This record gives sequence, C-alpha cells and structure tokens, in this order.
Amino acid sequence: MQAQMKNQPSSVLNDELREQLMQPDEITGSEILLRSLLLQGVECVFGYPGGAVLYIYDAMHDNPHFKHLLTRHEQGAIHAADGYARSTGKVGVCIATSGPGATNLVTGIATANMDSVPLVVITGNVFTTAIGTDAFQEADITGITLPITKHSYLVKKAEDLSSVIQEAFHIASTGRKGPVLIDIPKDVSANKAIFNPLPSVNIRGYHPTVMPNKLQVNRLVEAIQQAERPVILAGNGVIHADADQALLQFANTTNIPVTTTLLGIGGFPSNHELWLGMPGMHGTYAANHAIQNCDLLIGIGARFDDRVTMNTKGFAPKATIAHIDVDPAEIGKTLETAIPCVGDIKHVLEYANKKVERANTDAWVQKVQTWKKEYPLSFADSEEELKPQYVISMINDTTDGEAIITTDVGQHQMWVAQYYQFNHPRSLITSGGLGTMGFGFPAAVGAQMADRNRLVISINGDGGMQMCAQELAICAIHNIPVKVVVINNGVLGMVRQWQEIIYDERYSHINLEGSPDFVKLAEAYGVRGLRASNKAEAAEVWKQALDINGPVLIEFCVSQSENVYPMVTQGKTIDQMIMGDEQ
Amino acid sequence: MKQEKYTISILVNNQPGVLQRVAGLFARRGYNIESITVGSSEEQGLSRMIIVTTGDDKIVEQISKQLYKLIDVIKVVELSSNSTVSRELALIKVGIEVEQRQQIFGIVETFRASVVDVGSKTMMVQVVGGTDKVDAMIELLKPFGITGLSRTGVTALRRGLSQQKTN
Ligand SMILES: Cc1ncc(C[n+]2csc(CCOP(=O)(O)OP(=O)(O)O)c2C)c(N)n1
Ligand SMILES: [Mg+2]
Repeated sequence: MQAQMKNQPSSVLNDELREQLMQPDEITGSEILLRSLLLQGVECVFGYPGGAVLYIYDAMHDNPHFKHLLTRHEQGAIHAADGYARSTGKVGVCIATSGPGATNLVTGIATANMDSVPLVVITGNVFTTAIGTDAFQEADITGITLPITKHSYLVKKAEDLSSVIQEAFHIASTGRKGPVLIDIPKDVSANKAIFNPLPSVNIRGYHPTVMPNKLQVNRLVEAIQQAERPVILAGNGVIHADADQALLQFANTTNIPVTTTLLGIGGFPSNHELWLGMPGMHGTYAANHAIQNCDLLIGIGARFDDRVTMNTKGFAPKATIAHIDVDPAEIGKTLETAIPCVGDIKHVLEYANKKVERANTDAWVQKVQTWKKEYPLSFADSEEELKPQYVISMINDTTDGEAIITTDVGQHQMWVAQYYQFNHPRSLITSGGLGTMGFGFPAAVGAQMADRNRLVISINGDGGMQMCAQELAICAIHNIPVKVVVINNGVLGMVRQWQEIIYDERYSHINLEGSPDFVKLAEAYGVRGLRASNKAEAAEVWKQALDINGPVLIEFCVSQSENVYPMVTQGKTIDQMIMGDEQ
Repeated sequence: MKQEKYTISILVNNQPGVLQRVAGLFARRGYNIESITVGSSEEQGLSRMIIVTTGDDKIVEQISKQLYKLIDVIKVVELSSNSTVSRELALIKVGIEVEQRQQIFGIVETFRASVVDVGSKTMMVQVVGGTDKVDAMIELLKPFGITGLSRTGVTALRRGLSQQKTN
C-alpha cells in the first residue's frame, strides 16, 4: 500500500492558518521547523533550551501559534511527550539542546522505542563545520541512539528540513510505531531556505504491511472453528492500532477468553466476562492456567515478552500459536508460530470478523470462569495498616475505572495493573518494555496536557517519585491538575520483594530512608500536599484530592512488607505460581 | 540446529551511517558477521552489501526481517550458492629467497592467480575466487612463510536474468 501522509487534527490548525503556513517563503531552518510541526497538527512541544537550539527558541518567541512547555529536565520533557502520545495516539514531540540535553533524552527514547510509542525527538547539534571536532557540547546523538530509535536523521541543510520532518512523522506514526530522532546542527536552524513541503511522503525502503494475507487469516478462522480451548493474548498493538472495538467484536463473536498483557490492559474491557486479567510473572491464576491449557493461543499485537512467557520452553505447551502483528519480525521471534498474520491489527480483525463464527468453547469458557471465581486476586487487608492494594482499589472504586492512570515502575505498578479495572484503551500509561522508573509522573503531565478535562492520576512509588519530582514545578505554574499519588512503603519495594523471596531476605540497599517529606516537597513547589496513613484518612484525603481543581500530591503511607502476588519466579513456567505469603 | 554459512545481499541507500546501522543490528542482536563488503550497485544512490554469516534458517529469516525494519534497507536477498557467483580477492605476501621464486610462480599458475609485486626477499600474490580457493591458496603458501595477508571478504551476485529487482 502506498503510504500517504496523515494529517492529524488539531485545535489551532484551521484552513486559513494552513494556507498561511504553506506559503513558499524564504525562512530560517528554525521557522521551517515550527511551521512543519504546526502543519503536522502538533499542539504542544515539551522541551528545554540550550546553545545549539537558540535559533529555534528565538523563532518560538514571537510565534503566536506554537505552544511549548518548559519542563525542568529533558527526561521530564520526553516522558511527557510519551504520555501525550500514549494517551492520544498522536505523535509526541520534544526538543532538547546538543550534548547533555540530547543525552538526557536517551532513557526516554529507549522507553518509547520498547513500547512502540510514536515520538519525534528533536535535538540541536553544534555547527556542521564543528561536527567531529569534540566541540563544546557535541555528542553524536544519532550514533548513541541508533539502537533505540525507529529511525534518525542528521540534517545537513536547511532545505532538507521540511521533508525530513514529514518523513519523521510518517515513520513514527505508521507500521510499528516508534521514536524518530531529528538532529539539527545550529547553522541548519539559522540558514534560510524556501519552505516547500512535499505533497505526500513516499519512502522507498519503507512500506509497512497494512492489509493482511487473506489466506493466513482464513487459516486462523479455520483453526478457531476447530479449537476447543482457544485463548486470546492481546497486547499493546491492539491499542496502538485502535483495534479495541474490533477485538471486542472478535471475542464476542467467537466466545474466546481474553487475557491482556500489561500494555494491552484497557484494550479489552475488564468488566467483560471473557476477560481473564493479566498473564505472566504477576498474572492471574485464570490467565496463566488458560494459556497453559489452551489448544490455540492467538497473540494479537503482543510480542511474547519474557515477563509474559517466563520459561518459553514450557509456555503454552499444548497450543498451536497464531500471531497477528504489524511487525513481521515479531512473528516467530520467540515462539514457533503456525499461523502468522502480518498486517494492521484493526484490518486483520475486521476482516476476520466477517468470517468467524462462534467457536465450540462453552465448556472451556465455563472452566476458565471457574478459575476466575476460585482464584481471584486477593490480599490480606488490615485495619491497623494501610495496604497498598487497598489504596489502588479505593482509587478504582471512586473513579469507576474512568480515569487515565499513569504508573511508575515497581510493586505499585503491578498493583495498579491488578486492582484498577480499566475499561478503555489508552487509560493505563506505563513503561512496560523498559520498566523506566521516573516515567510515571511526567507521563501524566503529558496526558493531562492533551486533555485538561480528563481525570489524570499518576501513581508512583516513593523511589521513582524522586526520579522526576522536579516536574511538580510545571504542574504548579500551569495549573496542570494531575493527581500525583505516592505509594510510600519506605523501600524500593519490588527489589525488596525479590530479595525476600529469591535472595533469602538479604536486604541490600533498598531502604529509602532520607526521602523528603513528600507533602512538604509538593508544597515547596506550590502544589497542595496531603497525607494518609490509615483507611479513614485515605478515604478523607482522597475525596479532598478529587475535589481540588488543580495539581495535588497525595502520599499514602502503606505497609512495607507487602508482596505482589501471584508471582512466578525466573525459570518457572507460568502455572508454577506462588499465590501468597507462606504461612 | 546445524550452523551453516549464509550469504546475504543487502541493497541499501547510500547514506552516511548506513553501514553502522546494519553492522550495529548484527552486533546487538548477536548475529555473526564472517565478512562484510560494501560498494556501489547497479543503481546510483544505492549500495550493495554482502554479508556472510553463520546460523540456521530461522536465524537467517530473523536477520532478513530485522534488516527490513531499517528504513535505509531497500532489499534483502539470501543468496544460495548454486545460483550465485561469489568471489573474494586476497593479497598474500610471502618472505622468500630468490631461488624459491619459481616454486611460487608454479603455484600461482595452477591457481590462475598472479604475482603483483616482487621484492628482493618478498613476493606478493593476488588470488581471486571463491572462499575455498582463496583458503587453499593460503594453505599452499603457508610453508613459505606468509608475512602479510589481506582479504576483501566475499562479494556476490546472482546468476542469470533473475538479478534482484530493486522495487
Ligand atoms: C531507572 C530505573 N532504575 C532501577 C530500576 C530497578 N527497579 C525496578 S522496581 C524498583 C523499585 C521501585 O521502588 P519504588 O519506586 O519505591 O516502588 P515500589 O516497588 O516500592 O512500589 C527498582 C529500583 C528501574 N526499573 N528503573
Ligand atoms: Mg517504594
């Protein structure tokens, strides 16, 4: 299929402005950049200035249409752009200066790359004449990020800029999405060129498969008709392809149970009776046992990550594997795949939906329902101590599963995945593939910038909160109304859990003594701070927090020794689950 | 599975950094590079890279799929040996006495190689051929004492009309 440029809708971009921006004027590289971004429908750029991007920031100064949010760290900027992209499906954009500005983006680029998030990352670089001389603040950022970008450009001439930006947006947002980096030397941003965007983008070496091979899909349809114990494993790809409705219809028609990976959560309603929860290391009994006992496993936009499969040799041992994915390289990468369906997931499912019928699964569905009922997620609640799982359940109950939740990485992340009932795609925003601490809070800022009226809650550990806490400043000054939750257990909880269970309780460097008073920290930035240490206080401050029309940080002081269960330890198959603390 | 040699022909945009992209992909995914050659192709703006790797069918399939994910990669073809001409060139320097020269000329002739430099105590031999032939030549010259060796690595092209179409 010939790839056409996608024009994204935008609030500022009307026909009149578009025409004005499209004029073939002779303008600087910086102005070309801003115009190009506006024409791509970019609503907000997250960034941080410095020497190499000063022409670009100078051009922003008197541009009435261009919106830029100054974060307090480049890492905050890129995670915010990422949160914006994940919550909207649009391309997120961030900008940083050369050298240290660019290297501060590296973690964020890797995070986005692992989770296939469409980003356009703009960095400045030193003058083209100085490249390669170890000039002040020079870093080979295209080289550094080569393994963690979908593609990258080092722009050598101002006249190349507009087409490079068009290509970058196209590559970032099509096929298997991902971050594209554009490195712009300082002279390129200063030099003038005629602005002449291309009518459409056509990149010779880039033709992602959109339409599936019908014969393969027909084979899948046949396999479903023969199967007795099929399971759907739905992942991030369902959400990236906006295929949640197609998946719902597919599951409803065929009557096949669905398990969603961490990044697939929200791609299928969790209140649906066919939903089994999350599989894998901290998966539910029903999901893991369904996979281990199924005779047909249909992976949809899921890459059989090791946190899902655990011991791959013993994963889904009785199953024929079918795999629907936009990226052909994912098929057969970890599991022998009998039925590959390459294509845009929405197209594949929509085609399949015309063909599939109800499968012969009544007995099987009944069986997995029994597992669901007999082995629900559970924790030992307490009236003395506030339990982290209780806090997540409370947040769930008071928001009806309607909020956008971002998480950081650790135990709290798993509890959110387990105890918050997501019913909409793009409502759980979490770093899955890279597991980046420090992601959750700035990602929430980005999601909130995309929709100021949506309830956005960022749930963090006391460790990860300290990795990007500086962005409280922008919440305060721009009144970005994120509810910043800190689940304070006083430790690097997930590390503590591993040390308890796998390293014989040899607790090594997990104590977070010396953490700031989070309430005071928030208030130092001008953000309201609240704290709760028991159930009554929790209910009270949480209600208060929901009523506050602006940013607020809520610290929940919870017990330290809770573990995330179920748990499958390394090397085990996913049905070898530890269900709870040994008595 | 059995580890075998595979020759992969990759048509790429002649862009700065493209070699780094391809070589980096092999390195980070743990694919082996036995040899790599790059040069111009039949089309201006495109280069052809020939990589010889070891692995099995599954690995080679993954390599091909991963290569296609690189935007600058236009076409990837696995070249099977019977439909392909593959050649490499080696320059081999041996340290010898004058009276041994004839012996070298003898070896060179049977291999249809050539002597490209003669010094007072050295000779340099150029051999072109398949990897096996170059290996054999080197083996034969070893007893004379090889003091310098440089091999280009394999370049290859498919025989006949079926040369890979470039999109
Ligand atoms: C940047 C980064 N460094 C280290 C880790 C390893 N790690 C994973 S979870 C975790 C503990 C997180 O502690 P906290 O933020 O308090 O969350 P909790 O597990 O207690 O809920 C650590 C250190 C990581 N994922 N990311
Ligand atoms: Mg903690």
